[in-house]
Amino acid sequence: MLKVLKSGFFTTIQDLGRFGYRDNGVPVSGAMDKFAVKKGNQLLENQANAAVLEITMTGPTLQFEAPTYICLSGADISPLLNQEPVQNYQVVKVSKGDTLSFGRLNCGFRCYLAIKGGFKTPEVLGSRSLYVPVTKNKCLQKEEEIAYEETTSFIPAISEIKIPDHFDGSEIEVQRGPEFSMLSDSQLAAIFSKPFTVSEKNNRMAYQLSELIPGHTHSMLTSGTLPGTVQLTPAGRMIILMKDGQTTGGYPRILQLSEEAICKLAQKKFGDEIMLKLL
Amino acid sequence: MKSYPIHIEPFGKSAVLVAWPNQVEESILQDILEFANNFRALKLEGWELVIAYNSITMIQNDGILDFGEIKELILECHSKPKAENQKKERYLWRIPVCYEREFGIDIDEVAETLNLSPEQLIDQHTSQQYIVYGIGFLPGFMYLGGLPSSLEIPRRAEPRLNVSKGSVGLAGKQTGIYPQDSPGGWNIIGNCPIPLFDSSRETPCFVSVGDKVQFYEISKAEYDLRIIEAEVGIYKLEKLTIDA
Repeated sequence: MLKVLKSGFFTTIQDLGRFGYRDNGVPVSGAMDKFAVKKGNQLLENQANAAVLEITMTGPTLQFEAPTYICLSGADISPLLNQEPVQNYQVVKVSKGDTLSFGRLNCGFRCYLAIKGGFKTPEVLGSRSLYVPVTKNKCLQKEEEIAYEETTSFIPAISEIKIPDHFDGSEIEVQRGPEFSMLSDSQLAAIFSKPFTVSEKNNRMAYQLSELIPGHTHSMLTSGTLPGTVQLTPAGRMIILMKDGQTTGGYPRILQLSEEAICKLAQKKFGDEIMLKLL
Repeated sequence: MKSYPIHIEPFGKSAVLVAWPNQVEESILQDILEFANNFRALKLEGWELVIAYNSITMIQNDGILDFGEIKELILECHSKPKAENQKKERYLWRIPVCYEREFGIDIDEVAETLNLSPEQLIDQHTSQQYIVYGIGFLPGFMYLGGLPSSLEIPRRAEPRLNVSKGSVGLAGKQTGIYPQDSPGGWNIIGNCPIPLFDSSRETPCFVSVGDKVQFYEISKAEYDLRIIEAEVGIYKLEKLTIDA
């Protein structure tokens, strides 16, 4: 078991998502930065869908009650194993009783803790990703114990990789969304000529951008939305749906982020600048 | 049966949006459902279909799409006669609602605005069969069409920070049930004791797009009993098969 001594700001359990229930109104959920999760699980030679912890901004304090191997990826939140610094993208052996804690957020916003074999929490509707009301809790609770399998020996084929942070830079690539053609020249100019700031309203459901663009009166029938869909409100606010985003919406879908762009945006926080670039 | 023109376009790298004429029409929904049945009959892997009003969003979960290829497949499914053996059954669900003041916190105000007595309001609300045009916004939230124009009332000027689970509301041309506690601006006229979304069931939302819903009034005593049934998971719903 992994014991949660402190839960951190917002720590959740995620795999790659809950597929097949969008027609019931259930978002796909899953890790916000799939790229980082993929690397962590690959180094541990896990299944791609092995469940990890998604650690947001401020890390939890966790105690391992059985030996295993872990790998951290994504944001750098100054991880410490028994008070000694450890690196991201490196397989680390942990022993019974070891404590993992975090310090200052150096870069990015979401860090992932992958564990040998993945976390073994119950699957609900085919996924371990936390999402209320599908699961009871939306994030880890203090004193909670999370199941994993003990591993006493493991020789990784590759124990460490150096990767440039995939979330450096402010450029976010977008494609045209279904209602792209409703945009006026002045709206287009406003979207693509200057950077936007991530507002304080940013979470797993959606990222709102602080700056407004010229508004609209376009009315449409509710229709499907995807993670990465950029909605434009009549007031001119851009709302980018993320992994826990609703499955349908009534605002024009002007742009669409690719999976890579979602990963990059998932590592941005309140006040960070982004620049939208049309593919 | 009428077949409408469709518009197909890519929606990101792994999804396609197919749009029918921009209208709320049962015959359009019917056309979309038949198209969806034809597509499902192909038994292709990894697809999720999200139908809402006049569109269907088709998402491929296993990778990137070849738009040209899928467009051809879509046109073929749309022009094909309906796959009778693949037809998904459609149901009329009878859903209990308690309109007592304890739940229907806005019912007196709404009735007054609409120039109806609360009894007339309940009578009109329960006499309709509403079509489910979509499920989304929240897990288990149904977009219902067919509200009598006599029950159309604007949203509340100030949304409430919390509307309780099961609340039945009116807003504009819509009526619906909040499947979970949520902020919201609808006028609340009652509460439904049956969970609209239950993740312990294989099909967590019992209703599908294309089904119909009719409300019926229950007393507070029956409501309390239904709540207990729901808590222990033994609730049952009345449904009738619709001949589509």
